Amino acid sequence: MTTIAQQTALAAGKATVFSPGAWQKILAFASLVVLMTVFSIASENFLQPDNIIGILQATAVNGVLAVAATFVIITGGIDLSVGTLMTFCAVIAGVFLTYWGLPMPVGIMAAIAAGALAGSVSGVLIAKMKIPPFIATLGMMMLLKGLALVISGTRPIYFNDTPNFPVISQESLIGEILPFLPIPNGVLILFVVAVASSIVLTRTALGRYTFALGSNEEAVRLSGVNTDFWKIIVYTVSGAICGIAGLIIASRLNSAQPALGQGYELDAIAAVVIGGTSLSGGRGTILGTIIGALIISVLTNGLRILSVAQEWQTVVTGIIIILAVYADILRRKS
Amino acid sequence: MTPLVTITGLDKSFPGVQALKKASFELLPGEVHALMGENGAGKSTLMKILAGIYQKDAGTIRVDGASVDIPSPRAAQDLGISIIHQELNLMNDLTAAQNIFIGREPKRTLGLMLDEDALNRDAAAIFARMNLKLDPRREVGELTVAMQQMVEIAKALSFRSKVLIMDEPTAALNNAETMELFRIIRQLKAEGVGIVYISHKMDELKEISDRVTVMRDGAYVGTLPTASTTMDTIISMMVGRSLTETKEAIPDSIGNDVVLEVRNLRRGHAIQDVSFSLRKGEILGFAGLMGAGRTEVARAIFGADPLDGGEIMVRGSTVAIRSPRDAVRLGIGYLSEDRKRFGLATGMDVATNIVMPCLRRFLSLGMFLKSREIRDTARSYIARLKIKTPSDSQEVRLLSGGNQQKIVIAKWLTRDCEILFFDEPTRGIDVGAKNEIYKLLNTLAAQGRAIVMISSELPEILRMSHRIAVMCEGRLTGILPGEGTTQEDIMRLATQRHSTTATGSTTSAAARELTQ
Repeated sequence: MTTIAQQTALAAGKATVFSPGAWQKILAFASLVVLMTVFSIASENFLQPDNIIGILQATAVNGVLAVAATFVIITGGIDLSVGTLMTFCAVIAGVFLTYWGLPMPVGIMAAIAAGALAGSVSGVLIAKMKIPPFIATLGMMMLLKGLALVISGTRPIYFNDTPNFPVISQESLIGEILPFLPIPNGVLILFVVAVASSIVLTRTALGRYTFALGSNEEAVRLSGVNTDFWKIIVYTVSGAICGIAGLIIASRLNSAQPALGQGYELDAIAAVVIGGTSLSGGRGTILGTIIGALIISVLTNGLRILSVAQEWQTVVTGIIIILAVYADILRRKS
Repeated sequence: MTPLVTITGLDKSFPGVQALKKASFELLPGEVHALMGENGAGKSTLMKILAGIYQKDAGTIRVDGASVDIPSPRAAQDLGISIIHQELNLMNDLTAAQNIFIGREPKRTLGLMLDEDALNRDAAAIFARMNLKLDPRREVGELTVAMQQMVEIAKALSFRSKVLIMDEPTAALNNAETMELFRIIRQLKAEGVGIVYISHKMDELKEISDRVTVMRDGAYVGTLPTASTTMDTIISMMVGRSLTETKEAIPDSIGNDVVLEVRNLRRGHAIQDVSFSLRKGEILGFAGLMGAGRTEVARAIFGADPLDGGEIMVRGSTVAIRSPRDAVRLGIGYLSEDRKRFGLATGMDVATNIVMPCLRRFLSLGMFLKSREIRDTARSYIARLKIKTPSDSQEVRLLSGGNQQKIVIAKWLTRDCEILFFDEPTRGIDVGAKNEIYKLLNTLAAQGRAIVMISSELPEILRMSHRIAVMCEGRLTGILPGEGTTQEDIMRLATQRHSTTATGSTTSAAARELTQ
C-alpha cells in the first residue's frame, strides 16, 4: 500500500516545482541584483569591501526586527511595537549590567526574556482579549517607549563597566578564523537568527500553526488546535527576537538610547512586505524578508554614496514598497 | 447493542432564534444514519454540538452509554467524533497533507521538528485507501472544490473515528466521485464506524442510509428505516405540509417583452458560453451546486467583474456594462448573497440604508440632507414591505435577517430597478420570514419587474421559479420549465460535468431513472 501511495505522490509531484511564492522571491532578488549593479556602475566606492560590510552592518538590526515582524505578519497580524520593544530590551540590559553590575550573560538573558515577556503580553491582548493586533501593538509601542524612558530616567545608559559588551555586534568572530572575511558579529547574529527562524517556520509545529493561523484561523480552531495558545507563542517568539535586536543595537552604540526605536517598526514591516510576505497572512519566507531588508540598506547606502539627500532616500523607499506590493497584486491576478 | 451516540432533550438558542427544541438522535455502530430536514431545521446545529463546535443549552449526550460533555472540537476528537463541514474548512496556503494532520503532526528529533516525510507518507496512505490520485504536497488552494472535499474526507478518516458526521458531503461531487465516497462509506461501515449523513439528495439517501431521522424547526419528528419508507413520507415529515400547496400558479409571461438577453457570456473557467433571456414579470431561477458559476454570471452582468466576451442586451439594445454604475443606470439591481459584507451598512440606521443608492435625490443645494424626505421615503417602504423595526432610526444590525433582506430590497426599489438579481435571498432567514420574502418576490414579478433568483435550495427554486436555469462548472447545462420539474431533474443537470458526461454519469443517471 505504501509503495502505491509513494508512486502516486511521485507521479503528481512534478506539478509543484514552482511554488506560487517563488515568483516574488525571484523578483525581489532580481531587484536587489539590479540595484547593486546600478550603484556599482554609478560609483566605484560602492563595491569596496568596507562599504559592503557597512551595508551588512546596517542590515543587522533592521533584519532581525524584520524577522520578528515576519512571524506576526504570517499569522495575519501586525506588530507596531517591534522598534520600541527593541529599545526597551536594550534599556533592560543596561539596568542589569550597568545599574546592578551583573555578569554579561545575565544581562543578555534578561534582555531576551524582557522581549519575550512583552511579546507574550501583546499575544494575550490579541488572542485572549480579542483586541485587534494593530491597536494592541500600537498601545504596546507607546507603553514600551514610555517605560524605557521612565526606567532610564530619559538618559542613555552606557556599558562602560562591561568591556566585552561591544563584542556582541562589533568585532568579528568569523574574521578571527578567516581573516579575509571580517564579517561583524552583528551580521553573524542576523544570519543565525534568520536560519533558526526559517527552520522554525518550515520544520516545526509552531511554524506550521503560524502559517495555518494566517491562512484560515477558524479551520485551525475547528481542527482542535488551541489557536489562542499558539498565537501567544508566536508573539512571544517575535518579542524575544526583538530582544536580540536590542542587544545588537545597544552593543553597536555601546549604550542603551531610550529615545531611539520609534520608526524602526516601519522599516521592519517594509522589509517584510518587499520580501513578498502577504499582509493578509498565510504566506511568507524569512529569505524574502532578509532580501527585503538588504534592498532597503542597499538603497539607503547607494543613494548616500551618490550624495542624494536623505529626504529623497525616504521618498524612494516609499515608492519601492508600493511597487513591491503592486507587483504582488499583479501576480495574484494572473 | 449499545448505541454509539444517544442525544436527548437538546436545546440550543442563538440570539433571536431557537435553533433546537428538545432535539434527540441515536446512532448505532456500523450504521449510516441520514439526518433530514429543510434548511434551518437544525440538522447542522445538532451535529455541530455533537462535534464540540457549539455548546448545548440543555439536554444530554451519551457516547457509548456514558454521559459526556463536549466543550471543544478537540474533546470531540478524543471521543472519536469527527465532522466534515458543509463549508470547506481548509487552510488554502497549506498542502493537502499539512491540512489533514494539522494539530497532530508527526514529530522527530526530540519531538521538536516536524517529520514532513512521515506526514506525506501517511497522507498518501489515506489517499491510497480512498483510491484517490492526489499529491499530498499540493497546496489546497490550487485544488478543485471536489478535490478539496476529498481532502476534508481524508482528514476525517485520518482520525480513525468511530463516529463520522458528513454534512452535505456530495454537494460539490460528480457521480463518479459520489460513488467513490459511497464505497469508502461502506468500507467504514463494515469496520463498525457510525456515520451521520446529512443530505438533501433523496436518491443518495435511499442508496446509502440504513435509517433516517427527520427534523423540523429545531425539533425531532421521527426515525424510520430507510428501506421501508417512501420519499413522500419523508418529505411530508420534513415540511409538515404538502409542497404543492405553496406554489403559486405560474403567470403566462411568454407574450411579455424580453428585458434582458445574454449571449455567449464568457470569462475564463468561471463562465463558459452562457446564454439566456429574461422577460418582464418573470422569475428565472438559477440552480446549481456551490461554485457552479451562478454568482459569477450575475456579478458579470452587473459589471462587478470583467468579461472575456459575450453580448448583453437590455430592452432589445446591446449595452456595454463596465461597472455596477452602468448596470444601475440601466435599471439592473444585484442583491448580494452576503448582505452583511456587500449589501448593508449594518452600523447605520434603517432610513440611511434605504436611501443610500439614490442619496442625490435627497439633497438640497447638492450638499445638505433633506431629513424629512428621507424619513418619509423610508417609512413608506417600511410599510410597503412590512419591515419589522421599532422605527426608521433603528440600527440595521439589530434587525433579524429577514428584515435586513427586506431593507436591501427596499434599497433597490428606490432606484426603480426593473431587472433584479437576487443571490440566495433567503439564506440565514427563518421559515416565517422566508415566506414573506417569497410573497414579495411574487408581488414584484406581478408588478412587471424581471427577476433572476439564484438559490442553492432546490425546494425554493421549485417553488418560486417560472423557469429554471441550471449551471454546472461555469456552463449553463439546461433550462427547465417551472412546472413539472423535479429535484432529480435539476440535480442531473447540476452534476453534468464536462469531464464525465461521456462515461460515468450517463450510466448512473440511467440507473437512477430505473430506481425511481
